[in-house]
Amino acid sequence: MITLGHYLTLSALLFVIAIAGIFLNRKNVILLLMCVELLLLAVNFNFIAFSRYLDDPTGQVFVFFILTVAAAEAAIGLAILVVLFRARRSINVQELDVLKG
Amino acid sequence: MESTYLAIVLSPLAAALIAGLFGRRIGRAGAHSVTILGVAVSCALSAAVLWRQVVDGAPADNVSVYTWLVTDGVRMEIGFLVDRLSALMMVVVTFVSLMVHVYSIGYMHDDAGYQRFFSYISLFTFSMLMLVMSNNLLQLFFGWEAVGVVSYLLIGFWYTRPSAIFANLKAFLVNRIGDFGFLLGIAALLYLTGSLDYREVFAAAPGLQDATIDVGSWQWPALSMACILLFIGAMGKSAQVPLHVWLPDSMEGPTPISALIHAATMVTAGVFMVARMSPVFEYAEAALSFVLVIGAITALFTGLIALVQFDIKRVVAYSTLSQLGYMMVAQGASAYAAGMFHLTTHAFFKALLFLAAGSVIIALHHEQDMRRMGGLRKYMPVTYWTSLVGCLALIGFPGFAGFFSKDALIEAEDLSRIAGAGFAEFCIVAGVFITALYTFRMFFLVFHGPERMDAEARSHLHESPWVVTLPLVLLAIPSVIVGWFATGPLVFGDFFGDSLYVRPEHDVLARLGEEWHGPMSFLVHGFQSPVLYLALGGAAVAWFLYLRQPHLPDQLRDRFGAVYRLLENKYYADWLAERVIPAAGRAMGGAFWRVGDVTLIDGGLVNGSARVVGWGAALIRRLQTGYLYHYAFAMVIGLALLAGWLLIRPGGS
Amino acid sequence: MAGTLFFYTLSAVLIASALGVITARNPVHAVLFLVLSFVTSSVLWLLLEAEFLAVVLVLVYVGAVMVLFLFVVMMLDVNVAQLREGFTRYAWLGAVVAAVLAAELLAIVWWKPDGLPMAATTTPRPADYSNTEMLGTALYTEHLFAFELAAFLLLLAIVAAIVLTMRRRPGLKAQDVSRQVAVRREDRVRLVQMKAEHDT
Repeated sequence: MITLGHYLTLSALLFVIAIAGIFLNRKNVILLLMCVELLLLAVNFNFIAFSRYLDDPTGQVFVFFILTVAAAEAAIGLAILVVLFRARRSINVQELDVLKG
Repeated sequence: MESTYLAIVLSPLAAALIAGLFGRRIGRAGAHSVTILGVAVSCALSAAVLWRQVVDGAPADNVSVYTWLVTDGVRMEIGFLVDRLSALMMVVVTFVSLMVHVYSIGYMHDDAGYQRFFSYISLFTFSMLMLVMSNNLLQLFFGWEAVGVVSYLLIGFWYTRPSAIFANLKAFLVNRIGDFGFLLGIAALLYLTGSLDYREVFAAAPGLQDATIDVGSWQWPALSMACILLFIGAMGKSAQVPLHVWLPDSMEGPTPISALIHAATMVTAGVFMVARMSPVFEYAEAALSFVLVIGAITALFTGLIALVQFDIKRVVAYSTLSQLGYMMVAQGASAYAAGMFHLTTHAFFKALLFLAAGSVIIALHHEQDMRRMGGLRKYMPVTYWTSLVGCLALIGFPGFAGFFSKDALIEAEDLSRIAGAGFAEFCIVAGVFITALYTFRMFFLVFHGPERMDAEARSHLHESPWVVTLPLVLLAIPSVIVGWFATGPLVFGDFFGDSLYVRPEHDVLARLGEEWHGPMSFLVHGFQSPVLYLALGGAAVAWFLYLRQPHLPDQLRDRFGAVYRLLENKYYADWLAERVIPAAGRAMGGAFWRVGDVTLIDGGLVNGSARVVGWGAALIRRLQTGYLYHYAFAMVIGLALLAGWLLIRPGGS
Repeated sequence: MAGTLFFYTLSAVLIASALGVITARNPVHAVLFLVLSFVTSSVLWLLLEAEFLAVVLVLVYVGAVMVLFLFVVMMLDVNVAQLREGFTRYAWLGAVVAAVLAAELLAIVWWKPDGLPMAATTTPRPADYSNTEMLGTALYTEHLFAFELAAFLLLLAIVAAIVLTMRRRPGLKAQDVSRQVAVRREDRVRLVQMKAEHDT
């Protein structure tokens, strides 16, 4: 039987993979944004699993909103990326160190 | 009477302020006139007070003029205690001061700081009067410090001379050391009796004679400790060994002040203080022995130094030191009246000797080295004869004032039975010989023998003006006659009355007084004691060495070179005080500065804390890489740690 | 039985494609892997009987957001050669931290659930259960305000994206109304004294 625990495990694994992707990535900023999408996906999994197994629609409502916000955020994130690329002609993460202390 | 006392004290002060602040406006004549007037008023009124006390038999007068403040039950007041003791001191102080004022008209005639000088010596008179007329310990201390300050100002009067500045600072600092003990003594008495007023302290003294104070794990007799501390102050002020080092250097000041301050008045403040505190000292036998021994050491050893001095003022200075030692011996032997009497006679003849020395100095155009004097007898007759009177009084020649006071002192001490009396006896008797030796050495070198000054000086030699010689004469008169009429009442009689207190078992003067049958018989009795012959022997030896066989002193010096050097270096006390102790102090200070200040505080605390902050900041700065993914990584690590802690912690989730 | 098999297969695919996202050298490949992940998870959501959301995921997310990603990836003239660097020497540390985090998350699920019903199973739904209807009811009644706000948020995103990336072409003749209004008479008119030339 597939229990709640299985789904939670799956979502945990997805989450960790996405996090590893964020800080192991030195190459490009687009990858960063994609990992953020993966994070959100993992969280969505969690919500839907809980909604199903605990019989509560609130989880799915929340996923709805997460999808909305994720879309908006992706759009704006990519817009920033485009402007960044125009300014720096590079999307290499390692060259973005203006904040260095 | 209160207004009289205030007039006595305040008229020199007013004169000092006028001469000091408006000196330029009133000119030289104005300055000396106003100050002489002030001191003369004071002197006349003091004589009147003394008359009232002695002849009219008035009781002791204790008036409180002004309450300065009251704290915690302790009253700090300005007040006057006028009894026989203080009245005598008042007369001595004002009379000698008046003589010095008149003398200074001549002596300081060519000096640029004329008005300043008169202002200072009037100020000194005020300070000394406050000291002797005080009725409480705090005012005594005020006067004590004030005379120290004025002494500083006067020793350094010619302030452009480096030696004068050195000397006045030395005097002040050595006095300060004594004053430290003095203040502790006052504090001890305040602690023990709860009051600063003389009357209350004296009343409490008998009850405290067995009291002890805990010092660490020992118990010290309280009154002895307080009295020894007070005496340390007297050691500074009255130049007892080892705090004597400042007095010879104080000769840097003009001669009139050497006469006034360092012969007659300031240095006697210590002797006066011990006499005034006699009701307390009498119950502190350890303190009395201490006084006795210190006084004896001073009497003998400083006299020895006088033998090798060539500066005429230094000889007289060391002579003063020696005589102060004699006075302290008397105080220690509980012969307070004899000590005070010697103080009085000494004031006269020592001031006389100083002023005579000054007369010689100005006649030779400020030459002070005795090796360049000689044969002045025929040039300066008045100075010669008055000096002879002074010298004879000093050595205790029969009939002169010094004879009565010194012999009474020595005989009284002989009867004392407290610890140290035997040693003291040896010192003061030996000191008689030494005193005569150096006194007549000086006399013969200056007034007799071949003339060693240069022709230039000889051509200008003449007797000093009347303003100089009149005080000499006026001081010589008491040096001769005072002994005849004052010894009986002062020493053996009831002159001092209740102002001095002696316990019966210490009362040597009472015992001596049983043999007193008047001055004449005392004189005759004197011929039977070895003291007289020691004095005459000393004078004879001086005559032999300096007039008969003048080459002998040099031979003796070569033979006893080491002893000579020891005396010449004043037993190396100055070396200790100027080289060793300050160097040690500075070394310690340097060590503290290097280790404590620089290393620990500056390096460790101040700079060290800044360095630690800088080091920490440099370390943490590396976290700010500017890379977003590093920051994300840090967040994730934090998250992992938090989750781990939530999992692993004991208790509920 | 079939459900279990489906679940495990789909999970494997999902995990694999997620790994592919982060390890792909070519960014276009990474985006495609991400698309695969989303589609797979959509099917998984179908398994969880969240049909509406599964479809929305494909339509909106894959269809719009991922396409947007692809547009940007291809539009930016990225130096692909440089991107072939691979992992750096600190990869092992990252892997360790990730592993620790995974272990913790799994520990919460399997070791110390503390009240969470990890072993729950699904309760069967009635036959006329409509996920869409349920979702709609919940949205338009309880969470109406949040719904409106989400709409506003989308508008905001549109405006923001345009404002961020808009470039003005040089030489474009457009009116600046605020400058028009702020003009002063002295800037436009200048009175000059002139002699009359002819009297006409």
